[in-house]
Amino acid sequence: MLDRMDELAPLFGISLYETLVMVIVSLVIATVIGIPLGVLLVVTRPNHLYPNKWIFQLLNTIVNIIRSLPFIILMLAIIPFTELIVGTSIGIRGAIVPLIVYIAPYIARLVETAFLEVNYGIIEAYRGMGASRFQIILRIMIREARPGILLCMTIALIGLIGATAMAGVIGAGGLGDLALRYGYQQWDMPVMFGTVIILIVLVQIIQSLGNYFAKKLKMSG
Amino acid sequence: MIELKNITKTFYDRKTKVEALKNINIEVKEGEIFGIIGFSGAGKSTLLRIINLLEEPTSGEVSINGKDLLTLKERELRNVRKKIGIIFQQFHLLSSYNVFDNVAEILRMNGVPKQEINKKVKDLLLLVGLEDKADQYPANLSGGQKQRVGIARALAMDPDILLCDEATSALDPKTTDSILKLLLDINKKLGLTIVLITHEMEVIKKVCDRVAVMEKGEIIEQGTVLDIFSNPVQETTNHFVGNVYENMITEDMLTALQGDEPSYILRLAFRGDTALDPVLSEVASSYSVTSNIVHGSITYLKGTPLGILFVHLSGDADKLKQAISYLEEKVYRVEVIREISGKPKEVLV
Repeated sequence: MLDRMDELAPLFGISLYETLVMVIVSLVIATVIGIPLGVLLVVTRPNHLYPNKWIFQLLNTIVNIIRSLPFIILMLAIIPFTELIVGTSIGIRGAIVPLIVYIAPYIARLVETAFLEVNYGIIEAYRGMGASRFQIILRIMIREARPGILLCMTIALIGLIGATAMAGVIGAGGLGDLALRYGYQQWDMPVMFGTVIILIVLVQIIQSLGNYFAKKLKMSG
Repeated sequence: MIELKNITKTFYDRKTKVEALKNINIEVKEGEIFGIIGFSGAGKSTLLRIINLLEEPTSGEVSINGKDLLTLKERELRNVRKKIGIIFQQFHLLSSYNVFDNVAEILRMNGVPKQEINKKVKDLLLLVGLEDKADQYPANLSGGQKQRVGIARALAMDPDILLCDEATSALDPKTTDSILKLLLDINKKLGLTIVLITHEMEVIKKVCDRVAVMEKGEIIEQGTVLDIFSNPVQETTNHFVGNVYENMITEDMLTALQGDEPSYILRLAFRGDTALDPVLSEVASSYSVTSNIVHGSITYLKGTPLGILFVHLSGDADKLKQAISYLEEKVYRVEVIREISGKPKEVLV
């Protein structure tokens, strides 16, 4: 493997770069969708800030439906939707849409649990002191759930990396694509092996950072 | 100040109707400490939450300073709530904020300028005795200290009313005492009206001016703490004031007390600042009855002693009646607990 370093290094470099682009772009957008969705899944519950049976049931069902599909099936099933949004269903652009659709409900579900861990008594305390419901969500619930949210995001990020690998199937590039084309189709073991190492290191780094910062947030709170 | 009229609260647990509150009427006066006592499940917590509408009553009226809260829009209601502080058994502090920020956050939400917040929070922490704990996190504080933070936070918006939801129930007796002292202190210093709920009579005794006793969603007795203690009527109230003399006066004792003449066991309640001895000896001499103290205790109500004596009085039937009416004049409360008839005279054949 080492003697092919000159040939493989740029290959790994580009693939890693593509993976990171897909992961970061879809994570950012999915977070913007997922966290408010998670908040809604909590506050629309009965006896919470904005109890609403219909909205809760609707969101809950949508999240459940999407969450029950494996990424590879979801990706292929929503091709028309992807084409509608970004004009193509292949490449990095074509992969980002299904990645977002896949991971946003995942984030919502994880964040929901983090929010549910915020003691309702605290929410009641601030309602009793005349804080608005909006202030309570933004300044109390999110703040108190921060360590939990960070751990959720770590889990979502790792799940996302797994999903990007499958996006190789639609020619999205990235480490999955590399492993598929070189490792599987050409049975190039060093490339396969290299991909595995890079993924392991990547996930380790993310998990450790997530744990570290969650702990730090918890200690300051 | 606070007026609850005909409050009912009904909710449905699955299909079963639960009447959490039934026809509650309470009036809390400005500056007083009003206690609500009851066993768990009596509805005290629901009732307390009705005052700031954290819980909406099914029917009835809630008014504060003559303002009907149920007619207010959300924004107006929030303004009323800002003037009602609330503290909890479980404190409900923000774990991610230090002591300073826990008190400051509600001020920030209301757009108070930073310098003002700094001064206000410092003053409040000084008031509750936590001036050296400003940068500690709740996780590092004891229960009593957490409750002090809770009190400081509740006072941040300069409320007129403080609601205490079992505020001392999670604390040990010594800490409970210190928190109660603090409550008395702020009640005096700030003229704050306090409504507290508890299941401990000790709390009522130490701080409250008036008390309502709750059972199964209803108020079964209410009045000044002195009245409730000197003359409890309902069984639950008797239980709370530790006035369960049924167990104290045994059959053996009654047999022992039975003499030739009829007699009574009386329960005398007297303000501790008036001595009872002369009254008893006076009665004994002027009505030629015999008096014996069976049991006695002194309770302190907000620092004022209330004495309870169980006295056995025997003598001529008519004289006894006169003696009792004399006592009724002289003593705060007189209650006949038992009447013991004289031994039947042995008939010589």
